[in-house]
Amino acid sequence: MSRDLSRQLVLLLPLAILVGAFFLLPVGRLILVGASGEAGAAAYTAVLTTPRYFESFLNTILLSAGVTVVTLAISTAAGLFLQRNVFPGRDLLIALMTFPLAFPGVVVGFMVIMLAGRQGVIGSVTDALFDEKLVFAYSMAGLFMGYVYFSIPRVILTIMAAIEKLDPALEEAARSLGAGPWTVLRDVVLPALKPAFLASGAVCFATAMGAFGTAFTLATDIDVLPMTIYTEFVLYANFATAAALSIVLGAITWLVLALSRSLAGNTVAAAG
Amino acid sequence: MLRGAAQKRGWGFWAQLAFTLLVCGFLILPALLSMLAGITVNFFQGLSSGLTLKWVFQVFELYSDTLLLTLGVALGCLCVTLLIGVPAAYVLTVRQTWLTRLIEEVVTLPVAIPGLAIALALLLTYGGFGEFRRSWGFILVGHVLYTLPFMLRAVMAVLASIDIRTLEEGAASLGAGFWTRFFTVVLPNARSGILAGSLMVVTLSIGEFNLTWMLHTPLTKTLPVGLADSYASMRLEVGSAFTLVFFVMIVPLLVAMQTLSRLERRARSARPLADDKSREPAAKTAGATAVETVR
Repeated sequence: MSRDLSRQLVLLLPLAILVGAFFLLPVGRLILVGASGEAGAAAYTAVLTTPRYFESFLNTILLSAGVTVVTLAISTAAGLFLQRNVFPGRDLLIALMTFPLAFPGVVVGFMVIMLAGRQGVIGSVTDALFDEKLVFAYSMAGLFMGYVYFSIPRVILTIMAAIEKLDPALEEAARSLGAGPWTVLRDVVLPALKPAFLASGAVCFATAMGAFGTAFTLATDIDVLPMTIYTEFVLYANFATAAALSIVLGAITWLVLALSRSLAGNTVAAAG
Repeated sequence: MLRGAAQKRGWGFWAQLAFTLLVCGFLILPALLSMLAGITVNFFQGLSSGLTLKWVFQVFELYSDTLLLTLGVALGCLCVTLLIGVPAAYVLTVRQTWLTRLIEEVVTLPVAIPGLAIALALLLTYGGFGEFRRSWGFILVGHVLYTLPFMLRAVMAVLASIDIRTLEEGAASLGAGFWTRFFTVVLPNARSGILAGSLMVVTLSIGEFNLTWMLHTPLTKTLPVGLADSYASMRLEVGSAFTLVFFVMIVPLLVAMQTLSRLERRARSARPLADDKSREPAAKTAGATAVETVR
């Protein structure tokens, strides 16, 4: 089989060349450029030491964490219902809820405008009810809504798969011992779903940290890290800072995903 | 579990149903509205202004190059990921050493790292090569980097689930050489993974924005770039019509993906010994679809 080895290497070679030339080399260059500015390697700590960058860093983390918590709560509630009840139209409902999975960030931004923009649904409803048009698409609240919008389809699939695998005998046992539905949920179901929460929560958090398209569409004055990187690069041609910030951002998102993978084991491999 | 559903449906059922419908409405309503806006004469006045296709035609007039380029890049991306990714997925599955695991880890990195960072890296390294920078090949490179992990994962999951090594050993003992085995045993057995991966790659490439926005030039715009452009500078109806065109392009792909995974699940549950081990790849392929497609 040793002759197979050389042939297998031939099959692997194109991938190695592509990834080496167009990924490893450029990322290496990015790391060097990040340290090439006036501040030198200190650029990598600028995200903590420069107030402007620190503020957008903090915004991004708080936003992503909030989005993750809300998305997990909504997806668990809807996922439990969809997985445990059989009713006509259930498959259609699931298909509809996973439909936005393939929307690019810009389209999600446009969906937010449709909901909460100047001619949006929410505005018309509040206008009819309270005589006041509620418009928040172009603020942090709009961004929050957009991130929850694109996170739900992704998280709900993982959570439903995990609910399907739960052992019904455990709940049966808890019920037979006299536990009410809420107690069963709190003490049996939710703890058993912890690996799925960790896995899908990490994906959700990392995605929200790096998301760019939605913020770009809603734009104006929302200060999140990807937008800061973009303006540093495009408007101020401040390549070193943009490079350093994007390396830091990439390192954080990678770390979150790697950490949850080692904590939750296989489940993350399934979630990506 | 089913017993709960068979019981009489109390207020709990209806409350949960209402909540789920609300979430579904949140996700679907804006999409429906934007589709409607794309064929309404004046969205501000509402449906009473009448329906029209003129916005859709205007989109085709303004952005036909963009649409063609999008399809070109998506197909190019598919070709490259098939030619490079499928053979590599096979080697990474049958030869599990620290090196192949490291390669797998590195290739998967573009899923975890924001597209913005990868785009900056590419720009800073190859931005000076004018001819390459201006061609659509520059965008293609970005799309290949981003979609390759999905092709690898889909094919590897299938190859791992059918125990390709044993199949190959059987073929080898009958005298089949390496290339014969690769083309007549490995590839045919991996076809469901190749199909799922291909659908994923095309869908992702059509919708990719983060990388593409940084890498595009005025002459190399793809669909999401055009969308951003129309949202920023055109009237709401034109942006909506463009979104409608985008939906029409990706919905068949999404339906095909869902049908494929449903068929697989059915085939698997039809197998008499559907134990936990044979179910695992199902979770993996379904999970692979769940990876970040919007960033």
